[in-house]
Amino acid sequence: MGAYETQGFKLDNSGKRVVVDPICRIEGHLRVEVNLDKDNVIRNAVSTGTMWRGLEVILKGRDPRDAWAFTERICGVCTGTHALTSVRAVEDALSIKIPENANTIRNIMQLNLYVHDHLVHFYHLHALDWVDVVSALKADPKKTSELAQSISDWPLSSPGYFRDLQNRLKKFIESGQLGPFANAYWGNPAYKLPPEANLMAVAHYLEALDFQKEIVKVHTIFGGKNPHPNWLVGGVPCAINVHDTGAVGAINMERLNLVKSIIDRSKEFVEKVYIPDLLAIASFYKGWLYGGGLSSQAIMSYGDIPERANDYTTGNLLLPRGAIIGGKLDKIHEVDLKDPEQIQEFVSHSWYKYADESKGLHPFDGVTDPNYKPEGPNFKGTRTRIENLDESAKYSWIKAPRWRGNAMEVGPLSRMVLGYLQPKQFPMIKDTIDGVLKKLDVPLTALFSTLGRTAARGIETLYCADLQVKQFDKLVAAIKAGDTATANVEKWEPSTWPKEAKGAGFTEAPRGALGHWIKIKDTKIDNYQCVVPTTWNGSPRDAKGQIGAYEASLMNTPLAKADEPLEILRTLHSFDPCLACSTHVMSPDGQEMTSVKVR
Amino acid sequence: MKAMNETRCEVLVLGIGNLLWADEGFGVRCAEKLAAEWQLPESVTVMDGGTQGLYLLPYVQAARRLIVFDAIDYGLPPGTMKRVEGDQVPRFMGAKKMSLHQTGFQEVIAASSLTGQLPEQLLLIGVQPEELDDYGGSLRPVVKARLAEAVAMAVAQLRDWGFAIEPRESKVGAGDTALTMAAYEAGRPSAEAASRIGDARFLRA
Repeated sequence: MGAYETQGFKLDNSGKRVVVDPICRIEGHLRVEVNLDKDNVIRNAVSTGTMWRGLEVILKGRDPRDAWAFTERICGVCTGTHALTSVRAVEDALSIKIPENANTIRNIMQLNLYVHDHLVHFYHLHALDWVDVVSALKADPKKTSELAQSISDWPLSSPGYFRDLQNRLKKFIESGQLGPFANAYWGNPAYKLPPEANLMAVAHYLEALDFQKEIVKVHTIFGGKNPHPNWLVGGVPCAINVHDTGAVGAINMERLNLVKSIIDRSKEFVEKVYIPDLLAIASFYKGWLYGGGLSSQAIMSYGDIPERANDYTTGNLLLPRGAIIGGKLDKIHEVDLKDPEQIQEFVSHSWYKYADESKGLHPFDGVTDPNYKPEGPNFKGTRTRIENLDESAKYSWIKAPRWRGNAMEVGPLSRMVLGYLQPKQFPMIKDTIDGVLKKLDVPLTALFSTLGRTAARGIETLYCADLQVKQFDKLVAAIKAGDTATANVEKWEPSTWPKEAKGAGFTEAPRGALGHWIKIKDTKIDNYQCVVPTTWNGSPRDAKGQIGAYEASLMNTPLAKADEPLEILRTLHSFDPCLACSTHVMSPDGQEMTSVKVR
Repeated sequence: MKAMNETRCEVLVLGIGNLLWADEGFGVRCAEKLAAEWQLPESVTVMDGGTQGLYLLPYVQAARRLIVFDAIDYGLPPGTMKRVEGDQVPRFMGAKKMSLHQTGFQEVIAASSLTGQLPEQLLLIGVQPEELDDYGGSLRPVVKARLAEAVAMAVAQLRDWGFAIEPRESKVGAGDTALTMAAYEAGRPSAEAASRIGDARFLRA
């Protein structure tokens, strides 16, 4: 296709091509190819899902009440949020109303997931894109202690604490089993933190590792079991019995107190460790404001956390819903999952077949007809071993979803910007963002960057940790008032269902807008379509040549070293790509699973 | 399979993998079979770990001994069983990958070790998979045929560690009902009803 302009980006694929494969394993492995100019600046970006899957292939003909259990297995990270989206889709199709407490408990579980997922993402997936672990070995523990105490009153901050930790780290690295630290570009000039900040961050990496396991206990309490909690169409699968102390499984005061303690400690950890670290790290990278991509022009959120049960309208959602297009921040559009004109999936650059590929299809009418044909004048390789893709042809197993024809970014940054723009409904989001910008002394436009995406995730964690406390108080108040209903089984029996029904369920997964669309016929699933956050963000080009959010975010970023794509990983990780969903087969010799090729 | 709390546990038997991807489900199916057919003491927890990666850390840290069932690419003929113990386990978990979420269980072991809470004894019971890229498919016959052997290896190890365990008189259900192997296999739509022609196995030259 040569050079052309789209969405304000000038794409030029004439420079040398760098291939990073795989970035992660989503509903398809993710691979990225970029072209660099002579100064190693990315001038063209191509993101592709290299593995096919289609949920309809698994769910067609099964019982709609079981769909959640299958969707929970799509992804190793978003289990709960897929399950919630699924039960909401079935409830929508069959007009099932859930009790108030069920809604509150689902909210607590969803908010809990946010806090957990964001924390784990920041420390264990993303921090090492900013923090150089090896450099931490050179830190002065005393100075590290001073740094830590200057940003937070978190008690674990003595020189001795950091010295011990440094010794442990040294021993671990010397033992040769680098584990989580094995694959990185230590020493790359794109790392900007001084050794002391690196050591502090590594200490908190380990503390977060220890603390995150506390947070998930909430899921075990309400979901009955972990790591795959139970869900239920019509409510939640846990009974409330506050007067009972010995009942197995029922929610009693003792369990509620445990939930309360976890929620309070989560909030404290976020306030005293996560946010101060985020600000400290960000302050060294203020000059690195690449990676904004589509975020300043086209963002979307379905919204989540309904205040009252069964009301999924925009005004009732505590996480904002809406869409911004064309960079017009003063106009928030309504988003409707069932409007056939709004969400549509295109396949002109995806390995599927439509009768007319100039048009998109709404998920209710979704067609998944594979058409695997890697081709194009610049394609190199074979059907099973791709060397170079050609983005002028079909090049991805991911479809290209569009909202009213626009490629959109979804995720924490989209949600927080939508909240910021509606200060009356979301005063805490507005205030927190203003506080962060002031502290870092950067303008609002700094949000539209890789660092902004990472900061938005932290700000959202704080917001959700606070909401979680409020939702918990609401649950306790309802129980004290005598309301212990958690499930509505009126329409449990398929004999009560209409012959045909269809519905849509939505959530905001930690990494972005998640929708499930279901068609039920003769009590069985007739069609089931999921459009996941990574489909939005990882979208390939469409018929108009518009690029997706990952692709846009990589544009114009300079690489410090062409053969160490640290900046590419940093930006893609900032989206929290949905991972670990497919295979994770171990290999005996530590063989390299990721390759970087510069051609 | 029973829910486990995070207090100290004598033995954790963990089945890992994604049951939606053919032989990738081997570990989970082994755990399902062990829990369904054997009467285990309270001190032995059997868990379907799925692809939960880091979420499994608290359970691994809390376990004094750990048995893991999984599909492992040894480069051996499909269906070959391999037993790996102790210090050798991390060597089999050293695959170099991009991120924690992605790397999954290897990193759980490394993180347990880094936090000084690695189980004292480790046993990895693995099978060489034949097919992974069949979304919605089940175990291939050559791998399925190894389930009994894998479970027997775990039973032998548990007995070796001094646990008196006996077969159940009748099988009990384990795991999510809709996902048990029989229901999962019986409910798969036909290739005509839900096209599978995109499967990588059909794309191979």
